[in-house]
Amino acid sequence: MRSIRAAATGAVTLSLVLAATACGGGSSGGGGSDDSPKTLTYWASNQGASAAVDKQVLQPETGAAGKDTAAIPLYSMAYALYYNKKVFADAGISKPPATWDELVADGKKIEAGGKSPLGAEGSNLAENIHHVFVFAEQHGAGFFTTDGKPDFTGPKVVEAVRSYVDLMAKDKTIPAGDAEYAQNQSVSDFVKGKQAMLLWQSAGANLTSQGMSADAYGIAPVPVISGKPGPGTQVDSAVMGINMAVFKNTHNLDGATQFVKFMTSDAEQKILNKAYSSIPPVTSAQSDPAFGTPATAVLKNTLAASAAALPQVASESQFETTVGTAVKNLFADAAAGRAVTTDSVRAELQKAQQQMPAA
Amino acid sequence: MTTTAFKEPVREASPGTPAREPRRRAGRLRRASLPYLLLLPALLLELLVHLVPMAIGIVMSFKELTQFYIRDWGTAPWPGLGNYKMSVDFDAPVGKALLHSFLAPVGFTLLSVALCWLIGTAAAIFMQDTFRGRGLLRALFLVPYALPVYAAVITWVFMFQHDNGLVNHVLHDQLHLTRKPSFWLIGDNSFYALLIVSVWKGWPFAFLIVTAGLQNIPKELYEAAALDGAGMRQQIRRITLPSLRPVNQVLVLVLFLWTFNDFNTPYVLFGKSAPEAADLISVHIYQASFVTWNFGTGSAMSVLLLLILLVVTGAYLLFTSRGRRAADV
Repeated sequence: MRSIRAAATGAVTLSLVLAATACGGGSSGGGGSDDSPKTLTYWASNQGASAAVDKQVLQPETGAAGKDTAAIPLYSMAYALYYNKKVFADAGISKPPATWDELVADGKKIEAGGKSPLGAEGSNLAENIHHVFVFAEQHGAGFFTTDGKPDFTGPKVVEAVRSYVDLMAKDKTIPAGDAEYAQNQSVSDFVKGKQAMLLWQSAGANLTSQGMSADAYGIAPVPVISGKPGPGTQVDSAVMGINMAVFKNTHNLDGATQFVKFMTSDAEQKILNKAYSSIPPVTSAQSDPAFGTPATAVLKNTLAASAAALPQVASESQFETTVGTAVKNLFADAAAGRAVTTDSVRAELQKAQQQMPAA
Repeated sequence: MTTTAFKEPVREASPGTPAREPRRRAGRLRRASLPYLLLLPALLLELLVHLVPMAIGIVMSFKELTQFYIRDWGTAPWPGLGNYKMSVDFDAPVGKALLHSFLAPVGFTLLSVALCWLIGTAAAIFMQDTFRGRGLLRALFLVPYALPVYAAVITWVFMFQHDNGLVNHVLHDQLHLTRKPSFWLIGDNSFYALLIVSVWKGWPFAFLIVTAGLQNIPKELYEAAALDGAGMRQQIRRITLPSLRPVNQVLVLVLFLWTFNDFNTPYVLFGKSAPEAADLISVHIYQASFVTWNFGTGSAMSVLLLLILLVVTGAYLLFTSRGRRAADV
């Protein structure tokens, strides 16, 4: 979940020692071998839809542009739309929504049946960021200029943030009560069948642990404006995951390296990623049938073809705090019945931008 | 420490006995150093637990210690007063936010301390007379103080929830006092949520201290007052409150410091980013340090907080002690 922060941190603080030592080969054949452990393997390096996507997905893992690898991924995750099959059937919906318009329309049908359509964690800053980031991508907007300066108040960014908050404020797809959620209450609402849909990252293990059986829910890509996820404005997830790195000044470099090797071994990768219902970044570990399910396919495709990395800037963590808080405040407005307008969204984002350190 | 106990046998060596001087001096040294020796462990621990971290914090506040320098603090740049400038530049947004988070909690703290003191003192006075069930009530009153903070506050979070919290259930569903269920954990109502939890958590301490203070007031005073025809109200005003004065002086100060500095309550209630109405300083410091990873700014804010509380405490003690000395004369 902190992949980008970890990578950004890593870019500066971490050593180059891992570059030469980690897991198996990265040949384009897809199989890979452990005989030539000279390069890092990323699942994306074999499966990306195109070189451009590869580069985009790989970037967060390879540190700052022009520098060596700073951290290596342990699990890869992506957002998807989880939906309750029974609630969908009861509402007469035959397939999961592929566009936001469809999602809102389906939401009306679900609401008519007395269920809440979509969950959100309105007071969770990180969740807010992941969603408005994707909305911004879909609007062709960026929160930072190309030279890394915060630019939160551009019309497209404002529009993007507003369309996310409007899911509660205007469309009522997200119930007002979710504005105060920050402890995964929306996940338990989904498990209890009170709520039909959930936008979550690699939620399988989470849902299972809360007692929802795997055949009770379906999984589909997060909606995009056109209905067909892809790169550019069809992005439907941030690149998520957990990375690992070794400090340069560690007293036990050998031990640390051994440990990284162990964590990225096929056997351990299978154990880890099954436990977290994530995708193993190590290609050769993906052969396990546990990663061949339809649910995993959705996540794999998303990561390969339609996920984008969060902004690679030094002030990324401040961005999460300030903009995440802005979205939280906007949700609070919407929940209290106050109007959420382009102006009020811009004002909140303006406040957020003023709190960013001068770059 | 009872240093006076060791003073008595130590006498000045008389000039007529130079031969015995060294031995005596050694003995004197030994005796004189004993109390310091006994104090040493406490002093070392105090250094370790309080003073050293404080000193390091002050050093950190002069460094630009962001996540990029955590591996090796030494390499962090040294902007000098830069962190402070950013924190106290009230025109800039960061400084403005900090100023706001100084002023907002002042109101909250004063209200909370006043309520804690009032409820605690009233309860202590009512519990003064013996009656059946007094022990049970006293124990019950202390429960909020004895509970672990996190467990207590998270229970309040559940009660304040919008959709299925107890508070809305009673206020809205049963009593129909509100037109629609209120949000307590976001928006403007969060001020009341914070105040309620803070008072609930704080008043048993006031109760405990005042109860102890009441034990020291001689019964004869009340008897004499009753003979002179003083009623309950006059007894409280003329005897109880003046006798409690030294107790109250410390109690109010401690309550003020604890409430103003409180981190657990707002953090558990509201998470990493408190609503503006309930935005306390400690959450800001946490945010700067552990959410945006700028330990330098966080430390600078902590040092400023320390300075301000020092000034407030000093002024308070000076003011109240002087008042008392004048009253004693």
